[in-house]
Amino acid sequence: MSETATPGGDGASQRRPVEDTHPAVSAGLSAYVCEAVSCLSRSSHEVLTKLGTQIAERGPSRVEVKRVGCLRLCAEGPLVHVPQSGQMFSRVRPDELAPILEALTAGPQHAASTTQREFFERQVPIATENSGRIDPESLDDYLDAGGYAALGRAIRTMTPGEVRDEITTSGLRGRGGAGYPTGLKWNTVAKATGTPRYVICNADEGDPGAFMDRNILESDPHRVLEGMAIAAYAVGASAGYVYCRGEYPLVVARVRKAIRDATRRDYLGATIMDTKFSFEVDVRLGAGAYVCGEETALIASIEGGRGSPVPRPPYPAVSGLYDRPTLINNVETFANVPPIIRNGGDWFASIGTAGSRGTKVFALAGRVVNTGLVEVPMGTTLRAIVFDIGGGIVDGREFKAIQTGGPAGGCIPAEFLDMPVEYESLTKIGSMMGSGGMIVMDDTSCMVDLARFFMDFMREESCGKCVPCRVGTTQLHVLLTRITSGLASTADLVTLERLAGMVQRTSLCGLGQGAPNPVFSTLRYFRSEYLAHIEERRCPAGVCEMAPEAVSA
Amino acid sequence: MQRLGYRRDALIEALHATQDAFGYIDDEALRYIGKALAIPPSTVYGVATFYSYFTLQPRGEHTCVVCTGTACYINGALPILARIQESLGIAPGETTADRKLSLLTGRCFGACSLAPAAIVDGRFEDHVDGEELATRLRAL
Repeated sequence: MSETATPGGDGASQRRPVEDTHPAVSAGLSAYVCEAVSCLSRSSHEVLTKLGTQIAERGPSRVEVKRVGCLRLCAEGPLVHVPQSGQMFSRVRPDELAPILEALTAGPQHAASTTQREFFERQVPIATENSGRIDPESLDDYLDAGGYAALGRAIRTMTPGEVRDEITTSGLRGRGGAGYPTGLKWNTVAKATGTPRYVICNADEGDPGAFMDRNILESDPHRVLEGMAIAAYAVGASAGYVYCRGEYPLVVARVRKAIRDATRRDYLGATIMDTKFSFEVDVRLGAGAYVCGEETALIASIEGGRGSPVPRPPYPAVSGLYDRPTLINNVETFANVPPIIRNGGDWFASIGTAGSRGTKVFALAGRVVNTGLVEVPMGTTLRAIVFDIGGGIVDGREFKAIQTGGPAGGCIPAEFLDMPVEYESLTKIGSMMGSGGMIVMDDTSCMVDLARFFMDFMREESCGKCVPCRVGTTQLHVLLTRITSGLASTADLVTLERLAGMVQRTSLCGLGQGAPNPVFSTLRYFRSEYLAHIEERRCPAGVCEMAPEAVSA
Repeated sequence: MQRLGYRRDALIEALHATQDAFGYIDDEALRYIGKALAIPPSTVYGVATFYSYFTLQPRGEHTCVVCTGTACYINGALPILARIQESLGIAPGETTADRKLSLLTGRCFGACSLAPAAIVDGRFEDHVDGEELATRLRAL
């Protein structure tokens, strides 16, 4: 077990863009035990229970042992944070709690390990500001942290137009992947005709390797609901849905509880905070269909049908759920709304870069030391994320590529490590921001095999409605499998590129249009690996098994 | 269904409720739901089979879901899966002959820092070792 300083503990707190408004935990001491999925799966609940029992038996007195959301450094879990001493205990075992008890007795210490300091120091938590500080299942905790104040301010002192202007000023763009300007979207819905209108929170986090939305909802569900309610006020909606992955039972339970609690206390439902504004929210479950992250498919799924996309326009903003104007934003987008209303659009716009304002939450995973949740200002370099915050590559191996944007994203090679992360810069080099999954790869990964892996995913997840996607992804997978088995000729490579281009141009929705991206980006930066498989029947990374005999096409 | 007023859009919620209660959705349940919501059986079946989360076959007493999401994949999920398949003699999606265990694959549980991960009877397993997990599954 190691003990170290944390964000609240030392230098990091000064780097926060706004003053830390979270009220100091009363006179007593506290121990925050992370109960997000990663730590929970490593017995953090047992840690919480035992810690409570031991403190009750042996003191010190007046210690609050609290369940909190994600403490971010998932690689080192289970995590326990003692805010008063600024210590973060990692890899805590339920039978080794003595050091935590000592810390609670001893008071402030600043024995910071470099790993943890580097991990936290460059982070600027806005969407995740309450994560790891409040009990996700307690409305009172959220209220103590200033929760629902932004909603109150919006509906009592601002007109819907003023709220939309504030969002437009902030420069906030959609955090689900495409980066559409949020203010513009809200204005389109507000101007559309027809009632009732709907607000939908897209929590169908389907990209493999992405867990930002899961952690935000597990750690701070009320914040997302507050963001949705502010949006509903701004666009004139009266009902909303959180469309949540069925594979995230803990998220579903916490969001449902949050809706119940907030409705009971008049922060949601009819006549919110004694005003005329009403907004009802319900949860709808996804059922394991990647395509349902696409907004028209998502709407079809909420309506109870198969998640098949329909061509746009009309856009959901004009004719969406039940053919009514519908605002769809991602979890993280909504999580950014309350702080924008609280601190002003100009404040938010002062963070990040000219084209990409604010911060972005990334899920750092793969062959990197510090896997976990990272929130940094837009414009931070990939190198800072992977090496400074991420602590570099596992086992000191060599960095090969970082995959961003999910299965429709791309692989970025080492030459772009010093590039700032923004919507435009990532698109320019053939990847995309996507929802924020970042998967680091070292020399043990074969890029052709990875392209094949993503194509296999897309082939399975294609809804089958349009031919280019249904047949194209299957054929691309066949071609890629030939290459990884050493059975391909150079003619196959030509076919691969042509077919990929056709699938990209002619598919109906984003799934098919994005499906060839991993092929394009690996061909662009790692063509030599393709050639090694084809010409030398050799996998440079030693991943692919070559078929015994070359049967050329 | 009652909660949602027997509207057509209650279909997916009803399928979730059925699977939660019985572990799978049989023909009788599909017909019953269709009738209650006034949706043709073909549409009910179409929706139930469109979503990979729903299963129309009873599962074994225990389930093991091996994650094959990106982070687990590059950390060796496939060799783990292969080891378990070999040890139990069943492919993903199948159940052992004695109905003890079902082997499934999942596309990312959003727990990538645990990679390679698996879920055995609802419990997360982190940094899975194929050999060790296969031995434990055989003993179930």
